[in-house]
Amino acid sequence: MTGDAIAGARPLADNAVSAGPGGAEAPSSPRHRRQSEPLVPAGPVRASANICQAAGCLSMGSDQLFEELRESVLAAGLADVAVRRVGCLGLCAAGPLVEVPEQGRLFERVQNGGPVREGELFLSLAGERLGGRSVAGDPFFSRQVKVVLERCGSVDPESLEDYVASGGYDALAKAVTTMTPDDVIAEVVASGLRGRGGAGYPTGLKWRTVAKATAGADGKFVVCNADEGDPGAFMDRSVLESCPQQVLEGMAIAGYAVGATQGYVYVRAEYPLAVRRLTSAIRHAEHEGFLGHDIAGTRFAFEVEVRIGAGAFVCGEETALIASIQGGRGTPRPRPPYPAASGLWGCPTLINNVETFANIPSVITRGGGWLSAIGTERSKGTKVFALTGAVVNTGLIEVPMGLSLRQIVFDIGGGLADGRRFKAVQTGGPSGGCLPESLLDMPVDYETLAAAGSIMGSGGMIVMDDTACMVDVAKFFMDFCREESCGKCLPCRVGTEEMYRLLDRISSGRAARAHLEQLEKLAAMVKATSLCGLGQGSPNPVFSTLRYFRDEYLAHIDDRVCPAGVCQISTDPWRGTVAVPVGAQAPSDGGSQ
Amino acid sequence: MSEVRTLVIDGKDVAATSDQTVLSAAKENGIRIPTLCHLDGLSDVGACRLCMVEVDGSPKLFPACATKVEEAMVVTTTSERLAEYRKTVIELFFVERNHVCAVCVANKNCELQEQASSLGLTHFELAGLHPSIAVDATHERFVLDQNRCILCTRCVRVCDEIEGAHTWDIMGRGVNARLVSDLGTPWGSSTTCTSCGKCVQVCPTGALFEKGRSVSEPKARRPFLPYLVEKQRMGHD
Repeated sequence: MTGDAIAGARPLADNAVSAGPGGAEAPSSPRHRRQSEPLVPAGPVRASANICQAAGCLSMGSDQLFEELRESVLAAGLADVAVRRVGCLGLCAAGPLVEVPEQGRLFERVQNGGPVREGELFLSLAGERLGGRSVAGDPFFSRQVKVVLERCGSVDPESLEDYVASGGYDALAKAVTTMTPDDVIAEVVASGLRGRGGAGYPTGLKWRTVAKATAGADGKFVVCNADEGDPGAFMDRSVLESCPQQVLEGMAIAGYAVGATQGYVYVRAEYPLAVRRLTSAIRHAEHEGFLGHDIAGTRFAFEVEVRIGAGAFVCGEETALIASIQGGRGTPRPRPPYPAASGLWGCPTLINNVETFANIPSVITRGGGWLSAIGTERSKGTKVFALTGAVVNTGLIEVPMGLSLRQIVFDIGGGLADGRRFKAVQTGGPSGGCLPESLLDMPVDYETLAAAGSIMGSGGMIVMDDTACMVDVAKFFMDFCREESCGKCLPCRVGTEEMYRLLDRISSGRAARAHLEQLEKLAAMVKATSLCGLGQGSPNPVFSTLRYFRDEYLAHIDDRVCPAGVCQISTDPWRGTVAVPVGAQAPSDGGSQ
Repeated sequence: MSEVRTLVIDGKDVAATSDQTVLSAAKENGIRIPTLCHLDGLSDVGACRLCMVEVDGSPKLFPACATKVEEAMVVTTTSERLAEYRKTVIELFFVERNHVCAVCVANKNCELQEQASSLGLTHFELAGLHPSIAVDATHERFVLDQNRCILCTRCVRVCDEIEGAHTWDIMGRGVNARLVSDLGTPWGSSTTCTSCGKCVQVCPTGALFEKGRSVSEPKARRPFLPYLVEKQRMGHD
């Protein structure tokens, strides 16, 4: 069944080549990818090798490693050793990763293509010598609390049986057979879960709004927003690649709760592996009756379709996402009406993020109270972060809300790489901000981050050391926003371009203080007047860097020096600093782009 | 159907129906809110952000053209902050493309120019982007000069909603967004354009104009739209 389902998936191998990390699976077509079944002994298992099959490790050849290890284990006659494919194991930069849970060991950068039988992983499996990194007691693992990523490192991403064996679809069965839609919503409300896409809108309230809305001509819809696009973020991608069934189950429960029978997953084409696993997961689930008609023997029906985005960042904004699913240009429209009242084809539409849906099965099986016991007063549960940048442990983590930035960066992240000094941590992507060392003990929750000038965002967390220039960082994010602006509303379309040019002027030492004033004035205007979150959030990296690292801006302007040595300072004598009365423009001001 | 709502705009008690926008309620009561992308008779997109107003109880600003009236709403249409933002809106329009009033067909008949002068914008502080955009004069009667386009999409909407041809649309993103006819082919070779000229009439600037017009000649007859819309509505009834 597996082979057929995958052969039916969209042939995305060509896309994968251009999509970078996904490129590794390109040489073998989807049809031939899964030749061998996992090795599971009939008797008791003494040791099992769980090999990560998410994009990061695949790009390091973990699919090949699986084949080789399987062959070696078979050849060596290790009858009590299992070799399995699993989802993301977390330490993404150290792939390929293999975990041996019975021994509590994690093996990083496992060599393949060489003599597998002499490697420490194989020796460990054979029981000859314990190798790898101990999981127990390692703060990278012990500080984490896994709800969303609960099954990521233990179930085969492409196996429905694995998911069901680990308790998957129990929640859906429980919801549709023993609970009313109102009960389900009450449980979600009780959990205190808030939207994980970034804005933190209470999930239960959103569900109730859609449930109470009068169905449109085409009923109601449930949409999963998997258009993750923040630089350095790969949370939704990892969840979809590691455990797509969990997201589908969450969506089906949502469908039951709000009265929708059709769901869409809007996922970007740059995630070919996620698209393929999701597509095959939907087919498996439909085949086994977890999706489709008469779910769990009831009259509840729910179908899910995948819609592939063309990579516009703005399509993560819900009204632009709706326009894109409907086949239009991905541009936002003013709200209200909110999608909960008028969304897809004018019908009430529930839009939640991948991670939000992935939380739902646990909320139903364990109860809302269970989730609300984790986290802080106003931010409940856990949050998945993509921890990247200048830290020792780069990868995918899930932490309880309220953990401090210091614990995330120094305990889980293992501190700064190469013994460098911490400078800032960027959260929330292009709408977020950079937080300095003085705020490291701040708890990570929605309100505290917002008060500090950043946002929770979807979960990108980029750690920067003292080699980073904060003006350059602000410029990088502004460059991203001007590229991704859809062009519909003026402040975002032209404002981001003008802010980028001002930042470029500052970073190249061609600015006067008047330009900084201009930048601040324009940033406030763009934030207040832009149509959607992309434009409204675009000045945040500027605001937060100005708030905490103003001296760096002034060094570029007054001393014409980049303290971190990143920016190229212009040697142009007409650098524009003479033209302090703004409006009078120096010759170097031309519209070069 | 629509119900009556009472609200306050600039300290004035106002009655409106629930399907009215803040903009139309204000207009009915003689309160002028500056607009560019809005045009009576066309749908509203809230793109130019010139009509942003303050609503008591919310830190956010709202586009008057795309915000429905609500009971007991308290709206402020002019404040120091709003005036400053509106000036910046106009300034951003001017620096985005190549607007040279002195040689423009729409000089003295231009809504952008009008807004600039009524808002007291006398000079620009921001650097001009000076994009290099070709003029499309392939149509036998009309010209598209994107250097004067402000992407208000009135032409797109009038062509789609009133004429029903949908010749115009927008291509590209961000500052590279451009008005295109028929999937980006020259206007003159358009197979959908009916040469009705509605787009030319609704253009707030000199981006779309009739051939043979010179500088400062009166050009647009915009008030024709509500009449057409009314006729169309009656035709449907």
